[in-house]
Amino acid sequence: MLDVVRLTAELAGLTTVLLLILATPIAWWLARSRRWWREPIAAIAALPVVLPPTVLGFYLLIALGPASPLMALLHPFGIRTLAFTFTGLVIGSMIYSLPFAVQPLRAAFEALGERPLEAAATLRAAPLDAFLSVALPQARRGFVAAAILVFAHTVGEFGVVLMIGGSIPGKTQVLSIKIYELVESLQYGQAHLLAGGLVLFAFLVMLAMLLIERRAWRLQP
Amino acid sequence: MTALDIEVELTGRVGRFRLEVGFRVPATGVTALFGPSGAGKTTVLRCIAGLERLEGRVVVGGQVWQDAGRFRPPHQRAVGYVFQEPSLFEHLSVRGNLEFGLKRSGSPRLGLADVAAFLGLDPLLGRGVRKLSGGERQRVAIGRALLAQPEILLLDEPLAGLDGEARSEILPYLERLHRRLEIPVLYVSHDAREVAAFSDRVLLMREGRIQPAPQPGSAAGGVAPDALDGLAPQRIAGLALAALAAGLEPVGPGSAKSKA
Repeated sequence: MLDVVRLTAELAGLTTVLLLILATPIAWWLARSRRWWREPIAAIAALPVVLPPTVLGFYLLIALGPASPLMALLHPFGIRTLAFTFTGLVIGSMIYSLPFAVQPLRAAFEALGERPLEAAATLRAAPLDAFLSVALPQARRGFVAAAILVFAHTVGEFGVVLMIGGSIPGKTQVLSIKIYELVESLQYGQAHLLAGGLVLFAFLVMLAMLLIERRAWRLQP
Repeated sequence: MTALDIEVELTGRVGRFRLEVGFRVPATGVTALFGPSGAGKTTVLRCIAGLERLEGRVVVGGQVWQDAGRFRPPHQRAVGYVFQEPSLFEHLSVRGNLEFGLKRSGSPRLGLADVAAFLGLDPLLGRGVRKLSGGERQRVAIGRALLAQPEILLLDEPLAGLDGEARSEILPYLERLHRRLEIPVLYVSHDAREVAAFSDRVLLMREGRIQPAPQPGSAAGGVAPDALDGLAPQRIAGLALAALAAGLEPVGPGSAKSKA
C-alpha cells in the first residue's frame, strides 16, 4: 500500500516540476502576445478542463502506443511504446493538468503589467534578465498556486491513468486506481483508509493554498 | 553645438494626432519639454528611451541610438528614466531597487552611498518599498535611475502624482540635482512653475509639435529686454510659460506661424 502512495507522490511531484517549466513560456506568451490566434491557442491549452479524461486517455493511448508515428521517432532510442509506463503517465498527467498550470501563471503575468518590465529595461536588464529578475519574483504567488493545483489535480486523476496506465503495481498503479480496484474486490476497509487519506490530503492542500495566499500578501515588502 | 548634443527627430502617428518633432539641445543642464497634457511629451521621452518606436533619429552623447537602419533596444541605451508613477520593484527593498541598475552598468561613476546621501535615502535603505510615502518612492526612483549611470536623465512629470506636501518635500532634491548633475536632463512637465524653477531651456510642445518658447535666462518671447529689468529671468520665463499654457500665443518671430 505504501508503494502506491509513494508512486502517486512521485508522479505528482515530477509532473508538477516539469509542467511548471513547460507552462511558464506558454502563459507568458498568452499574457503578452497581441496576435489574433492568442485566444484559440489559449482555448487549446484549456481543453483538458472540459474534455472527458477518457477521451484524452484514448488519444494518448494511441499517440503513445507502438503504432504511433510519434513513437516511430523514438525507435532509434530503443523505445517502442510509452503506454503502460511511468513516463507515459507523466506525459499524460502533464497534458491533463496543463490548464491548471497555465491559468494561474497567465493571470499572474497579466496582473504584472508592462511597467515593471519597462523599468527593468531602462535599468539595462535584457529581456530574459528582466523576466528572471522582475517578472518571476513578482508572479511568485501564481507559481505557488499553479504548483499546488497541479500536484493535487494529478493525485486526483483517474480517467487518464485508467486508459494509459494499466495499473501495474510499482510502475503505474496509483492511489485513485488502487481505490477503484479495492472497491471492486469488496475490500472496503483498505479502500476507507486510502479514501479517507485523500480527503485529509485534499483538505490540507486547500488550507495550505489559502494560508500561502494570505501570507504572501502580508509578507510583500 | 558640439558632437555631444542631444539630437532628436521623430515622426509618426500617436493616437489621434501626428507627432512631428525635431530638436537639438546641448548635452548639459536641464531641458524642459513643456506643454499641455496629451501633446505627445511622454511619447518623445519613451522614444528616446527606446520603449516606443517612431520613425526618426535619436543621438545622445555622440552615439546613434536610432536612425534609418538602426534601433538600439532600451536596455542598451544609457538612459535614466523616472516614470510618472515611481514604478519601483515591489519584491525588492529600497537598496535592492537602487542596486538593480547599478549592478547592470559597467564602471560606475556614481556610487550607492553618494546617491543615497544626496537624495536623503540612507534611513530608507533597508525598508520595503510598499510602505514608503509618495515622495519617498519618487526619490528612490530618481536614485535608481541615476545609479544606472545614464548619459541622459529622462524625467516624466515626476511630481505629477504627488500631493502638495510630497511635492515640497521633493522639490529641494530636484533643485540640487539641477545644480549638481553633470549629465543632461530632459524634464517633461505641464506645470509652468516647475519648468521655470529648474530648467535651463524650454521646448514648448503642443499637439505633437515643438513650438517657439521663451527661454529662461534670456528675455521672454520677444519682449524688449529693458521692459523686464529687475525681474529674475526665471520669473519672466515662468510668467511667459504660464501665459502660453493658458492658451495665449507667444509674441515674436514664431507667432505668425503658430496662428496659421
